[in-house]
Amino acid sequence: MEMTARAFWRLSLAWVAAATAASTILATRPAEAADRFITVASTTSTEQSGLFKYLLPIFEKKSGIAVHVVAQGTGQALDTGKRGDADVLFVHNRVAEVKFVADGYGVKRFPVMYNDFVIVGPKDDPAHAKGNDVLEGLKKIAAAKAAFCSRADKSGTHAAELRYWKAAGIDIAKDKGPWYRETGSGMGPTLNTASGMNAYALTDRATWLNFKNRGDLVILVEGDKRLFNQYGVMLVNPARHPHVKKEAGQQFIDWLVSPEGQQAIAGYKINGEQLFFPNAGTDN
Amino acid sequence: MFEILSSFEIALGLITHADAELWGIVWLSIELSVVAAVIGGAMGLPLGAIVGIARFPGRRALIVVLNAMLGLPSVVVGLVFYLLLSRAGPLGEWGLLFTPKAIVIAQAALVVPIVAALTRQVIEDAWAEYAEQMRSLGVGTARAVRTLLWDTRFTLFTVGLAGFGRAASEVGAVMVVGGNIDGVTRVMTTAIALETSKGDLPLALGLGVILIGIVLAVNAAAYGIREWSARRHG
Repeated sequence: MEMTARAFWRLSLAWVAAATAASTILATRPAEAADRFITVASTTSTEQSGLFKYLLPIFEKKSGIAVHVVAQGTGQALDTGKRGDADVLFVHNRVAEVKFVADGYGVKRFPVMYNDFVIVGPKDDPAHAKGNDVLEGLKKIAAAKAAFCSRADKSGTHAAELRYWKAAGIDIAKDKGPWYRETGSGMGPTLNTASGMNAYALTDRATWLNFKNRGDLVILVEGDKRLFNQYGVMLVNPARHPHVKKEAGQQFIDWLVSPEGQQAIAGYKINGEQLFFPNAGTDN
Repeated sequence: MFEILSSFEIALGLITHADAELWGIVWLSIELSVVAAVIGGAMGLPLGAIVGIARFPGRRALIVVLNAMLGLPSVVVGLVFYLLLSRAGPLGEWGLLFTPKAIVIAQAALVVPIVAALTRQVIEDAWAEYAEQMRSLGVGTARAVRTLLWDTRFTLFTVGLAGFGRAASEVGAVMVVGGNIDGVTRVMTTAIALETSKGDLPLALGLGVILIGIVLAVNAAAYGIREWSARRHG
């Protein structure tokens, strides 16, 4: 049976009416709780370590500005900023951050705090990587071809890992074998994989301290000056993205680097252990 | 095994000592999934009905496409809407990325093909059964569609539930367009993903038990309504 044109139009009309009705339900949804909010693209380590859950309520109470955190790897967070989908970036890859500002995507970079990276691995340490020298540790892991899980996601931690391989004189792109396992995922998922495979991995200390599915993994390499992990904060350039909430965003940045914000960061502890060390105003 | 058992214990503890935060996440999950299922249903149902009855050139190809879309990879849908809704994208001015509305849009986009493909099959089968009878009675197409939709309403109700199920269980697209922002776009599935990331597998599974409970409750309620209306209308 052929559908008459009239029947077709009538059906189409009913369809549009139904879709409009449904969209109206959506549109009349109450506006987001706080009208004053900023979006911050940050890293999985700051979110998953629990820092933001502790820090943000203090700022929100003082300023009345809600902070919406989207936790991504540093590479992805920088991309989010470039696209104008965040007002503030809170990340940890100094080289990439400086370039971000130099390219005109960010206004100014402020150092905020640091923690450190550690290499975790199986308790019995088959590669004998244990020690306080990150380059020696990596060399031994590579020589033993012991399983190693890499983030491989262009995050700040991944960038640091690649720098360490290079400094250790290992061309990981060329020398990697089946022992070098690229998870292409965040810190937590990579640690889950490493824990399941009893593999070595580079992680920031904060995520490790807050990570529960450790299995047989323990910290094996720590205390090397080169394992320093600096965090920086930047306002996305309003000249490039006019919708960026520059006053509220800058207010958040100013608070983070103020004595009050710095003290709050130092006050965040898990089991009595301080996770992040404020260092605003330094040359890092 | 011990972890799976302890996660049930955790789920029970979470429910009995539920804090405002957990209820917020639970409620947001239900609210967004229901709205997405309604919007997706409102679009998919007529689309499926028309394709089921009308004859037009390219219909077979459209059916194959619709059926193939049942397997639409959600992370791709998420990515497409991310690029559309991003400030640098064509709909960037709306500022919807990382809001609950973006989640509903992506979920609805995933619901439409499921509802359309299943509705098409249901209506086409019913049409095959009644076509001759209706023709002999001289019933017009629009009237026939209405009659068929009404006759198959209970089956279509189940189709709608399948749409809700897809929306509620979605994580890939929701994570990408919503951003899993605490208190704003964090729903059950992304909360589970986050706890998994933190290596707290029992808590993650505990949340999963609650999510399954929600889906069960919604379906039980829907079944009850269906039974009630079946008794009432025969």
